[in-house]
Amino acid sequence: MSNWLIILFNSTILFFLTLILTRFMKKRNLSKFTPFEFISYVVVALIVTLISLGIIANFYFGLIALAVWIILPIVIDYSSMKSKWVYNIINGKQRVLIKNGKVMEDNLAKEKMTGQEFLQELRSKRAFNLADVEFAVMETTGDINVSLKTDKSPITSYDLGIKIGSKSEPQTVILDGNMLNEGLTNIGLNHHWLKTELENKGVALENVFIGQVDCSGDLYLDLFDDLIQVPKSQIKEMLYASIQQSQSDLMSFSLETQNEVAKSMYLKNAKILEKVMNKLEPYLLR
Amino acid sequence: MTVGSKVKQTLYSLKSSEATLRLYSLKESDKEARAIYTEAFEEISKIKIDLEKRVGSIEFQEPQYKGD
Repeated sequence: MSNWLIILFNSTILFFLTLILTRFMKKRNLSKFTPFEFISYVVVALIVTLISLGIIANFYFGLIALAVWIILPIVIDYSSMKSKWVYNIINGKQRVLIKNGKVMEDNLAKEKMTGQEFLQELRSKRAFNLADVEFAVMETTGDINVSLKTDKSPITSYDLGIKIGSKSEPQTVILDGNMLNEGLTNIGLNHHWLKTELENKGVALENVFIGQVDCSGDLYLDLFDDLIQVPKSQIKEMLYASIQQSQSDLMSFSLETQNEVAKSMYLKNAKILEKVMNKLEPYLLR
Repeated sequence: MTVGSKVKQTLYSLKSSEATLRLYSLKESDKEARAIYTEAFEEISKIKIDLEKRVGSIEFQEPQYKGD
């Protein structure tokens, strides 16, 4: 067999072999490698290159080396999942760099990090002022994560004491003009519903690029033809406004009427409606 | 506009709010929100009954405006 045929044959086999084997390896972001993981990936890549170019004379020796470098990381990943001791040995431990707002210089030195680099890392986490940082830790990947002091951290609705209705993830029901059965069944709807909803908005299915249904069953559409304005569904806002209108009507009736019984009835119901409005506000307006 | 027709108008707008709330209470997937919607439309339907009674007595007092 001529040489080029061997290379072609070997490379094709290796191509699919590495494709399958790397599927079994742990998924990682390239920037989140520990140094050892980086080396093991590079070694695998090199071995594959060398075998497929036929630089390693014996094909099977090459395969053995490849197997070791692929299987051992998988074994180590599994054992570090089961045992914290193994995990610490493989990945090292995270190191606290700032505690209670004080920089731990010893730990900084252990990570071989200069003060300037440290400040740079803090700035990349939007902590420009060292005084704002309560706690900072270096992860095993070398990333630095920062926890700001409570008075400097971004405010949430919880801090303000405002209740906000929870929202679950929307389901995509139309993509590229096609109905997606999976999204529809996930939210418990069918083709019929979607067709009616599209008819109500006066839009053809073929013209829809993306259609999503949110947790309260409202449909949001993005069209291919951006000149067409889709009526934005503001049913919730309108509902709230209409209840508010009714409430103020009841109040004015209670002032206008001279009948005492009716007056108290109007007043009582206006108050009930106000309570209902307060409860509905987080869900209808936010 | 007479008092009777004003009250009737409010009654109908309450009815429509009730129907929309009932629809949302069925469509909504979040349990908490569903409970709030259900409670809201139940309260509104009670108010609706009160208003219907009031409309009845207004029509009884002023029969000339009946059927507005």
